[in-house]
Amino acid sequence: MSERTYNFAYLDEQTKRMIRRAILKAVAVPGYQVPFASREMPMPYGWGTGGVQVTAAVLGPNDVLKVIDQGSDDTTNAVSIRKFFAKTAGVRTTTRTEEATVIQTRHRVPEQSLSEKQILVFQVPIPEPLRFLEPRETETRRMHALAEYGVMHVKLYEDIAHHGHIATAYAYPASVAGRYVMDPSPIPKFDNPKLDNCAALQLFGAGREKRIYAIPPHTKVVSLDFEDHPFERYRHDAPCALCGATDSFLDEVITDDRGSRMFVCSDSDYCERRREAGSTPQSATAEAPHA
Amino acid sequence: MYVAAKGGERAIDNAHRLLAHERRGDRSVPDITLAQISEQLTLGVDRVMNEGSLYDRELAALAIKQARGDLIEAIFLLRAYRTTLARFGASEPIDTGKMLAVRRVSATFKDLPGGQILGPTFDYTHRLLDPELCTRVPEKPVRARVETTEMPRVTELLAQDDLIERSPPPREDASVGDLTQDPLDFPADRDLRLQNLARGDEGFLLALGYSTQRGYGRNHPFAGEIRIGEVEVWFAPEDVGFDIPIGHLTMTECQTINQFRGTETEAPKFTRGYGLGFGQCERKAMAMALVDRALRARELGEDVVAPAQDEEFVLSHSDNVQATGFVEHLKLPHYVDFQAELGLVRRMRAEFEAAAPQPEMREAAE
Repeated sequence: MSERTYNFAYLDEQTKRMIRRAILKAVAVPGYQVPFASREMPMPYGWGTGGVQVTAAVLGPNDVLKVIDQGSDDTTNAVSIRKFFAKTAGVRTTTRTEEATVIQTRHRVPEQSLSEKQILVFQVPIPEPLRFLEPRETETRRMHALAEYGVMHVKLYEDIAHHGHIATAYAYPASVAGRYVMDPSPIPKFDNPKLDNCAALQLFGAGREKRIYAIPPHTKVVSLDFEDHPFERYRHDAPCALCGATDSFLDEVITDDRGSRMFVCSDSDYCERRREAGSTPQSATAEAPHA
Repeated sequence: MYVAAKGGERAIDNAHRLLAHERRGDRSVPDITLAQISEQLTLGVDRVMNEGSLYDRELAALAIKQARGDLIEAIFLLRAYRTTLARFGASEPIDTGKMLAVRRVSATFKDLPGGQILGPTFDYTHRLLDPELCTRVPEKPVRARVETTEMPRVTELLAQDDLIERSPPPREDASVGDLTQDPLDFPADRDLRLQNLARGDEGFLLALGYSTQRGYGRNHPFAGEIRIGEVEVWFAPEDVGFDIPIGHLTMTECQTINQFRGTETEAPKFTRGYGLGFGQCERKAMAMALVDRALRARELGEDVVAPAQDEEFVLSHSDNVQATGFVEHLKLPHYVDFQAELGLVRRMRAEFEAAAPQPEMREAAE
């Protein structure tokens, strides 16, 4: 079996049509989880099979693909998925956010804002925002149908009662277009505001759980909160040690066994571009601190 | 000085190269052939075909070799190949009543039409390691006089007296459910449940079946019948207009006979649990039958109180390719989530310490 025995972008056209129908429905009903007949992919469940199927269904020969994992183009799984599409679809790949027409991501939204010409594809492990409050699918589907989201507010309220603030740091639930509550996938809540009124089409694929959902361009996305406890972003209180950015999400890197650590941009392309433009750690002090 | 890690691509290529080297093992030992795997690790091949949902001994043997004997990895390889195959139709239902049985046992009747056939079973072997196995050539098997007697299913014999529920009559127009083509929806019909169990992990079903025997959703089972043998597969191509045989499969079937106390409108009678799989897979088929019967709780008006009776729980967690993927994906990087959690824990600890009562000033001891 050579590579040519597989169709463009691996999936057969029948399957792609089935996935595209699910995507269209997902776009028509923002935030609603559309069941789809997810296929077994040649990479394991949990490695992004949902995102890969969505990408395969939307990819055309002229697309330029970027794949990130944890914000970086160089993490092994991002490399592996990028290679997969370079091989099966022969599309051009890039690490530059603005060059890409399709960006597949795991756990981050790029720092640079996206345009109408781009599609952001999220890999989703558990698409159901209510799952950890109610394990049964039959029950959660009913709750979505009735927009019965009180239990989620109670959970957030209990957080505040116990801890004084909401104790959800990632996969922070958000309301889409004033109707469905969705799980934005395990992105840090720092990224949640980027989903709101985003110019790009955002597609979410969950392979193992067989669900696709979407945020159409310029859709209102509101992270759940309370009037007296408004939603807060979180980032480590430091500039990037490589480029000095004070507005990017940071990875903490442990540099020795005596507890020394440093903080660097999680978005590797953003960090590189800044350094190319001459930003240094020292330039951080000159910039306004992150709000 | 820290530099962002580069070179993931080369690391992956080199890891694959090392994997291939390790797979080969000591190069002075002859390479194992697919025929050896298929002929001598037969039951492993059967399991991979079963849970891989593809009846092809050669490909299953290749998958086992490629997976270095890791059967779940081999099942995954087979599944990922199967999903690319074109579907040209559904066969006619196989008729296990016409099976050429190499094994057929019933635990409910001492003798019955067609007789009891032990066949190639581990059941009465003494589990003593046998070093001679490495050198001795086994004797040829004893051949019995071939009697072509009918071998009716035990459950059909009981059904004649209405002592057991009858199988629902087949519907000619019924389409065949396929959870690989349509996402599973709850509540699921029995055809989809059985498909899910047939693809399900043997160990998972074994543990669930066992749990019903220990009281978690007890369903009083008897092994009504277990039969293993060859069945023909018939297919009716649309442009031909009649059925043609397209091959044969070795299958294992288990029918359990379970108690049912009856209701106000229905007399007490026995009920059925059903297990079926490719090749020789007795343990799997028996466990499947126990779990199938447990999952019929809702249909039979029984209380759903145990894990094995809980359709969503069982069907959502039976697939070992899904399970292994999601469990093992924990080794992928989670820096971002972890950093976000780390920030939260630090903040909560700072708040905890700020709120803690100040220790009283201790007087100097001396």
